[in-house]
Amino acid sequence: MQYMLLIYHSESNWDKLSDAERGKIYADYIEFSKNITASGHYKGGNRLDFSSTATTVRVRDGKRQSTDGPFAETKEQLGGYYIVETKDLDEAIALAARIPGARYGSIEVRPIPLMTAAA
Amino acid sequence: MDIEQIYHEESGRILATLIRLLGDFDLAEEAMQEAFALAVEQWPKQGVPGNPRAWLVSTARNRAVDTLRRRISFEKKQDELQRLIEARSALASQDEAMIDGDPMSDDRLRLIFTCCHPALRVEAQVALTLRTLCGLTTEAIAKAFIAPVPTMAQRIVRAKQKIRDARIPYRVPPMEDLQERLTAVMLVVYLVFNEGYSAASGEALIRRDLCAEGIRLGRLLCELLPKEMEARGLLALMLLHDSRRDTRVTENGEIVLLEEQDRSRWNQEFIREGTALAEAALRTSPGPYSVQAAIAAVHANAARAEDTDWRQIAALYDILRRLQPTPVVELNRAVAVAMAEGPLTGLRLLDELEAKEELNGYYLLPAARADFLRRLNRWTDSATAYRQALALVSNEAERRFLERRLAEAEGKSGVGPSL
Repeated sequence: MQYMLLIYHSESNWDKLSDAERGKIYADYIEFSKNITASGHYKGGNRLDFSSTATTVRVRDGKRQSTDGPFAETKEQLGGYYIVETKDLDEAIALAARIPGARYGSIEVRPIPLMTAAA
Repeated sequence: MDIEQIYHEESGRILATLIRLLGDFDLAEEAMQEAFALAVEQWPKQGVPGNPRAWLVSTARNRAVDTLRRRISFEKKQDELQRLIEARSALASQDEAMIDGDPMSDDRLRLIFTCCHPALRVEAQVALTLRTLCGLTTEAIAKAFIAPVPTMAQRIVRAKQKIRDARIPYRVPPMEDLQERLTAVMLVVYLVFNEGYSAASGEALIRRDLCAEGIRLGRLLCELLPKEMEARGLLALMLLHDSRRDTRVTENGEIVLLEEQDRSRWNQEFIREGTALAEAALRTSPGPYSVQAAIAAVHANAARAEDTDWRQIAALYDILRRLQPTPVVELNRAVAVAMAEGPLTGLRLLDELEAKEELNGYYLLPAARADFLRRLNRWTDSATAYRQALALVSNEAERRFLERRLAEAEGKSGVGPSL
């Protein structure tokens, strides 16, 4: 079963970190990615740029509307994701708990339905 | 043994095994109902089989496989086919011993950990546990929680869907997760019991059922996880509470305080069992249920209210507040200390609690103050505190109790010293 692990964190807190602190977190992510690749869980993943770079697109009555930023103001923003293959939710939760971002942000664990994953 | 009795006693275990074999709650439930329907038809004619449970499991299993086969030929669904293959390979590795041996117990243990998975909302955990492990109907659960039937039905359906779609596993958690997960299971068991025990409204019969189911689940946990002493503490706590159930309210639904209850009507069998369990649970580093059970045991073993060993109770609350540093525990401790050392000490402790402001809006704080003042014959002050408590209380039976106390205090106002 595949799961998407969505990493939410506070961008304003991230801004306040020193270069050394950020460097440590990057190193932790590289280490984590390596580990879950070696264990065969890793199917994909990326860091995302800040939500200030985002554009939201809607089509209403056939007309395209593009607006700046994410849909709603929230405390935490989507900062990246992993796609993993595990045998069940417990295993996915265990992986999510090891993501460096889980220590200061939060991880949403979403199953990817079988049909979609197979296609 | 008649079918109805078998249904009551065995359906939880049968369903748990079927869920393991079939990997689908709804399919398992449907198949079990069909198997029981077949039993009603066949057993009176052909006699009850030697092992009714094994008969029901294998009949239901065969029915489910037929159902799956039919669905596949009609719809050619890829995932259904996958499930059939899995179910078949599971069946291939099962023999009759697997149906009837010890693994049955493990199935119920697996099921309770699945139903009480932290990825489900607590209300859903409670409803699903009652539905699958206790075999209560959705209507009965809805009635017990005073919720509309469709709401409750939807809650259960959604929980089952999440188990299937997010693939919540059907197994006993590994050792490193067991404590955390067991805490969630015990909370659900205690919520089931408490729903039956504490609420004053709702139908008495269903509430009694919930208490019985809570105790039944508690026994099951103790039986399946014999090394978990806190599970014994939980069972002890439920038994000791339940031993008083008949004396807690009058026939008109009025609350009777612990000190005024007719102790001759307490269930001595439950008290003996609960006390022994609580003593065992206290021996190793006890958790909050065990300590609460010990407190309940001290109350239960006092022949008269005035014989209560309040010093021991206060000492136990000292342990409990280290485990559960909540304002409500602090308040209960203050009451115990007041009973041991006198209401003046109690009033001082309440002042300290009030200064922390964590219990603002909680009616038991002014109610405790009113009671201490009453014991000091300070009737005018007591009446004032009862009025404050009445402004905050929501439970009807508790409101009527406070009103009676207020009337008494008002009647005696001016008699005692007023400060």
